[in-house]
Amino acid sequence: MSAPAKPSPNPLKNRDRMKIPRQHMPEQPAQQRAHRFTEVNLGYSAELARQEALRCLECAKPTCMDHCPVGVKVREFVQLLVAGDYLAAAAKIREDNVLPAITGRVCPQEDHCEGSCLLCKKGESLGIGYLERFVADYEQQHMDKSAIVKAPPTGKKVAIVGSGPSGLTAAGDLVQKGHQVHVFEALHEVGGVLVYGIPEFRLPKQIIREQVDYMRAMGVEFETNVVVGRTVTINELMEEEGYDAVFIGTGAGLPQFMNIPGEHLNGVYSANEFLTRINLMHAYKFPRYDEPMVDFRGKNVAVIGGGNTALDAIRSALRLGAGKAYVIYRRSDAEMPARAEEVKHAKEEGIDFQMLTAPIEFLSDGNGWLNAARCVRMELGEPDASGRRRPVPITGSEFDLPLSVAVMAIGTSANPIIQSTTPGLNTDKRGYIQASETTQRTSRKGVFAGGDIVTGSATVILAMGAGRRAAKSIHEYLTTGEW
Amino acid sequence: MFKIVHAQFLAPGIKRFIIDAPRIARKQRPGQFVILRIYEQGERIPLTIENSDPQRGTINIVVQSAGKTTHLLNSLNTGDTILDVVGPLGKPSHIEKFGTVVVMGGGVGTAMAYPTAAALKRAGNRVLSIVGARTKELVILEREMREISDALMVTTDDGSYSEKGFVTDKLRQLIEKGTRIDLVIAVGPIPMMRAVANVTREHNIRTVVSLNPIMIDGTGMCGGCRVLINGKSKFACVDGPEFEAHEVDFDVLVQRNAMYREAEKKSMDDFRHEGEVLAEALCEHQEMACAGGRR
Repeated sequence: MSAPAKPSPNPLKNRDRMKIPRQHMPEQPAQQRAHRFTEVNLGYSAELARQEALRCLECAKPTCMDHCPVGVKVREFVQLLVAGDYLAAAAKIREDNVLPAITGRVCPQEDHCEGSCLLCKKGESLGIGYLERFVADYEQQHMDKSAIVKAPPTGKKVAIVGSGPSGLTAAGDLVQKGHQVHVFEALHEVGGVLVYGIPEFRLPKQIIREQVDYMRAMGVEFETNVVVGRTVTINELMEEEGYDAVFIGTGAGLPQFMNIPGEHLNGVYSANEFLTRINLMHAYKFPRYDEPMVDFRGKNVAVIGGGNTALDAIRSALRLGAGKAYVIYRRSDAEMPARAEEVKHAKEEGIDFQMLTAPIEFLSDGNGWLNAARCVRMELGEPDASGRRRPVPITGSEFDLPLSVAVMAIGTSANPIIQSTTPGLNTDKRGYIQASETTQRTSRKGVFAGGDIVTGSATVILAMGAGRRAAKSIHEYLTTGEW
Repeated sequence: MFKIVHAQFLAPGIKRFIIDAPRIARKQRPGQFVILRIYEQGERIPLTIENSDPQRGTINIVVQSAGKTTHLLNSLNTGDTILDVVGPLGKPSHIEKFGTVVVMGGGVGTAMAYPTAAALKRAGNRVLSIVGARTKELVILEREMREISDALMVTTDDGSYSEKGFVTDKLRQLIEKGTRIDLVIAVGPIPMMRAVANVTREHNIRTVVSLNPIMIDGTGMCGGCRVLINGKSKFACVDGPEFEAHEVDFDVLVQRNAMYREAEKKSMDDFRHEGEVLAEALCEHQEMACAGGRR
C-alpha cells in the first residue's frame, strides 16, 4: 500500500495522539436498557468521532487493514473522517465492505483490526468499529441513493442463495462489476441471521433495511420465500433460469441439542427458535403481532452456552421481563467465545453468569413444562482437541436450578437441503459444503460457497470475507470462463 | 404477494384456496406443505398442499378454522392476497408399489391424505380409503377420494352420514376380515393418528403418519418442530413431516403443540372481540396489495 499522496489532515504529533484516551462509546444506562429493545450503543457524535480518529498513528504499514477479513482501508477512511469528509470516508469503506453500518456494530474488531492496532502496545486500540459505525450512519442519513452509479452490464447472471452477511457481500461486490445479481431468501425478510438472529438492541432492523435498500439502488434483485433445494434447485437455476454462476451462502444450519433427558419439555428452546420468534416474528410485541412466546415474566430463564448467540438470547429474555437471567457455561470466563463488550454489557444489565457449570437433565413440573435444570459443576482438565482445557464434572456437585425457560445456544450442524438436492456437490464429514479457502469454488462448475455453510458457525465478518473472495472468484470465472 | 385465484367453502369452517404460486406448483409432490403468513403482523403457519396445477401455476390448500390465523385466512376471498407463501417444504411421501394400502383421512386431514392416495393409486397400488368426520356436513373430498380409490369407506362420529363410528372401527373390520394390508397411511388429528397406530401395532402393519408440530421457518433452522421418533429428536420440517407411526412419541407431540395454548386463546378471544380492528388491518393489507384496485 503506497503512502497517501496528500499530507495528513491530522495536525497532531504522534506523541500527542497517544495522549488522547480512547473515546468512550455513549450507551443507554444499564438499568434503563435492560428492559428495552432499543439500541444499547448510541454512537459517537461528530466531536467524539473526530477526537477518536485523531488517535490514529497512520502507520506506513497498517496492520489493521491486513487483519480485516474484507480488507477495509482503515487508515484512509480515518484520514477522510479527520478531514471532515464523512461521505468520502464511507465511500472508502464501501470499496471493501458493502455493509459498514452492520459491521460497525457487530464485527468483533478486537479479534481483527483493533486487535492488531499499534496503539494496543501502549494502551487501548483505535476505536475502528466505532468510527466505521459513525461514518456509515452519517452516510445512511445523508446519502442520496439516486446518485448511485451503476456499472455497465456484463450480461452475466449470478444467483446468490441466502441473504445473510456472505450473500449480501457477494451480491454487492458482483453488482458493482456489472453482473446481474439475484438474491434468493428462504424467509419473508431479507438479511438472514442479521434479521432473525441478532437482536434489535445490538443491530436495529432499520439499519439492515437501509443497507439492503442501498443494495437495491445498486441494482441487486431480491426474491424472498424461495428455499433453494426445495422451491427450485441449483441445477434448475443454472440450466433453466440461465444463471451463469451460483453462490451458496445459506449460513448456520440445524440447531444442536445436548441430548440430555427433558429436552422436549415445553419451555426448552433452541437459540435459533427463541431469537427468531423475538426478532423476525416480533413475538415480544404479542398480541400486536400474532407469533406467541412463552410468558416468563418474573420467572427464571437460562441460556446454555457462552457465545454471542447465547448472550443475545439471554439479554433478550431479560428485556422480555425474566425475573432472573442466567448464562450457564461449562468452561470459565477465559474460554468464553462471546465478545468482551457483550459480556461486559450483559454483566452490567444484571445477567448471572454460572461458569464451569453444565446441565445434565431438564426436570418437568409434572405437566410437560420445564421446572428446573439439574446442573453439575465442572473443573478444567487437560487441553482437548480445540486446545482449550477440557471441562470435567466434579463428582457430587449436582444441584437443581429452578427454571421456566432454557435456551440451548451450543452451536449448529449443517443444513442438508441444498447438499442433498445438488448432485456432484461435495461435502465434508460433517455435511458442510467443501469449498476452496481462497476461491470459494466447490466441486461443481460455476457453483461457489462461503460462510457458515462451509466453515460451520463463525462470525458476520468472516462470512463477509468469504462472500468477498467468492465475488472476486466469480468475476474471474465469468470474465475468463476458466474453471 | 400471492394472489388467491379461487376460494370456496367445502364445509362449514373448511375452505379451499387456489393460490397463484408458480414456483411451488411446479415442484410440489404429495405429502409436502407450505408455510404462509397472511399479513405483516401475522404468524407463520404450516399447511399441507392438497393439489397443484403446474401448468396454471397454482396450488390448493384446505384450511380449517381453528385459531386466529386460520379464521383470518378463511375470511379471505377470491382476489385477495396472502403476503408470504413458501414451499414446497418437507420430504415428499414415499411412493412405490407396496400392494394394498389403506389411506385414512380424519377431518380436514382428508385433504392432506388425498394427493398421497392419488399418487399411490397411480403407482399401481390397491388403495382402500377410509374417511372420517365428526358429522355429515364435515365430510370433505368424498367424490375426489372415491375417484382414486378401489374402495371408499366413510364414517361419522354421530352417525349422521354413512356408518356411525371412527375410522379405526373400519380399519379393525378390514383386518378382522383378513384383508391383506401392506401399508397404512393416516393423516388427521393427533388422537386419530395415535388410535390408528395402536390398532396397526397389534397387527404389525407398517403405518405412516403425517405430523403437524408448531413450525416457524420450515427449513430446519429453528428446531421448534422437533418430534421424538424412536427416542431420537427429529425435525418434522426437514426429516418429515411423515414418520413411521409406531416410532412416534405422541405424548410429546400433544404436549409441545399445547405450548402456546394460552397465547392462542388470547389471540382468538381478541380476534372475536376486536374483529373490526383486525378486519381493518387486513383490509389495509389487501388495499395495499391491490394498490387502489379492486376494493
